[in-house]
Amino acid sequence: MADQNIQRLLAQRSFTELGARQRARALLDAGSFRELIDPFARLISPWLPKQGIVPQADDGVVVAKGLIDGQPAVIVAIEGAFQGGSLGEVGGAKIAGSLELAAEDNRNGIPTRAVLLLETGGVRLQEANLGLAAIAEIQSAIVELRQYQPVIGLVAGPVGCFGGMSIAAGLCSYLLVTREARLGLNGPQVIEQEAGLDEYDSRDRPFIWSLTGGEQRHASGLVDGYVADDVEAIRGELHSLFAQGKPETERSRRHAWFLERLRAVDTSVQADAAAVRSAYQGAQA
Amino acid sequence: METLSFEFPAGQPAQRRALVGCVGSGDLEVLLEPGQAGTLAIQVVTSVNGSAPRWQQLFERMFREQQLPALNIAIHDFGATPGVVRLRLEQGLEELNHG
Amino acid sequence: MTTAQEQRGLHWFQALTGNAQPLDGLPASLRVADGELAGQAVRYLAVIADENNPFPRARNGEVGLLEGWGLAQAVDAAIEADRNSPHKRALIAIVDVPSQAYGRREEAYGIHQALAGAVDAYARARLAGHALIGLLVGKAMSGAFLAHGYQANRLIALRDSGVMVHAMGKAAAARITLRSVEELEALAAEVPPMAYDLDNYASLGLLADILDVQQVTQPTTADLSRVQEALSRALADIASAPRDLRSRLGATNRAASSQVRELLRAQW
Repeated sequence: MADQNIQRLLAQRSFTELGARQRARALLDAGSFRELIDPFARLISPWLPKQGIVPQADDGVVVAKGLIDGQPAVIVAIEGAFQGGSLGEVGGAKIAGSLELAAEDNRNGIPTRAVLLLETGGVRLQEANLGLAAIAEIQSAIVELRQYQPVIGLVAGPVGCFGGMSIAAGLCSYLLVTREARLGLNGPQVIEQEAGLDEYDSRDRPFIWSLTGGEQRHASGLVDGYVADDVEAIRGELHSLFAQGKPETERSRRHAWFLERLRAVDTSVQADAAAVRSAYQGAQA
Repeated sequence: METLSFEFPAGQPAQRRALVGCVGSGDLEVLLEPGQAGTLAIQVVTSVNGSAPRWQQLFERMFREQQLPALNIAIHDFGATPGVVRLRLEQGLEELNHG
Repeated sequence: MTTAQEQRGLHWFQALTGNAQPLDGLPASLRVADGELAGQAVRYLAVIADENNPFPRARNGEVGLLEGWGLAQAVDAAIEADRNSPHKRALIAIVDVPSQAYGRREEAYGIHQALAGAVDAYARARLAGHALIGLLVGKAMSGAFLAHGYQANRLIALRDSGVMVHAMGKAAAARITLRSVEELEALAAEVPPMAYDLDNYASLGLLADILDVQQVTQPTTADLSRVQEALSRALADIASAPRDLRSRLGATNRAASSQVRELLRAQW
């Protein structure tokens, strides 16, 4: 009886309410979590204090090595609560550097795999060009590592995944989302600022979710899995995708398919969720 | 933003280190590490300027009730209320005992 | 007027490719053509303003859905064509991109995925041994630059106030960081990664070369030779260098990026 209760509790453990460090720990095999450049290393942002902004000791990025389903793995978890999960120099280098080392492992015969827990608005504007440069390097490293092992991205929420990191998400071998997730290049406020209220009303939440929310992204084939906000469900999904191995063709390589579909879109009318679902039918084939 | 330093008497050095919290809105992160025997040293980096007396008061009230191990505590505060600060410190001290 | 509306990208493309026939089958907002430079096969790629772009938010040279996937197609075609050849043609991205496209259609149809398509193709080309150069002749903004140019082995910029690398335009950046444009400019003067000018950008160690030209919008013959010489030097340099992006590390203003990597390696 007690066992069953414990199992039920475990089975219902919310993932989105966990912080970045707890998320990484929860997805690695029990007891295998080992953090690199932990907060006590105090490698903080050299740029935030200069601008009167309180830094965080880990710069909002947790890098943890360990095992996933018994295989060597690195998990990178972005802390969405710190500066909106934005990437500056240190956090960005932590992600790029760990993916580079994972690729090097593979070249040396160690099958290190990677999971990216994406909770980010993209570039940290206070470190603008260094964030952007780091994201280019993260993207390069994903493409490199992906040749050897699946790189799996997860957007769990509540921040979502935007900016240059949404492009990084689009490079992953597999991308998972929850109902809480949003995925898009440009944040609603920026689109409204650049294109006007008629184009994009940043305060109309149902509208924004209908276009960029996890359910819509899944229904239109722009992600590979729609998972419950549940630690065990997410772990299970990671195990099964890693067991499946690399996809035959990554989504980001399917330019011919996407161009064909986009050329058939009637762009004289505004887009809505149903039109996208219908245009992208069969995207996961 | 300002950086503040505080010192209080303490016992023997703590046995381990602990981290709690996050520099999110209305929250703070607290890093606790073993310190010099007899000294509890606290460095606070806070987004709220002119808050030194409030921190002093809060620490005095907390540490009057209990003798703490010697620690170096680093706090990164993003506008947490005294209640949240107290809660995080207590969590951190708890973790030192069980972590 | 944006640098794209000045058609800097188009003019440099025309100067560099001469009479070469542009590839067809691509979106009208792309210009892609093959040529030769210093005895090497080269493919030039530019994103240009197209007032008839079917996507209305991508008519001023922005990188949108068609541009992202179209670049992917053009780069992938080069990888495929040279797959069995020991001589991989170089790819030269002529960068004059004011921004990614901001719009409802773009978000709805997954512009992030289209830009990922371009990044994917460029990165795979570099890893396959194609030399890749980003030639910055105008703006190189944010997601647009990530998709077109930022995967290059070497970045070369023309010295001009219109040549600019940044993550976000000033007005939007001010709004998002809750500052006035004046406050933002004051900070940018003291914090090199926040600055909008080329010298501050260069201090981050990301550029391989900066070139002085006479007419940045309409290159003269001398301008063209100077740029071609620089491109040739870069190609020679790339030929004996690693295929990754590590040549960008090492500047004092980017010391933490190296320090993080050293520590990661030590603790790995």
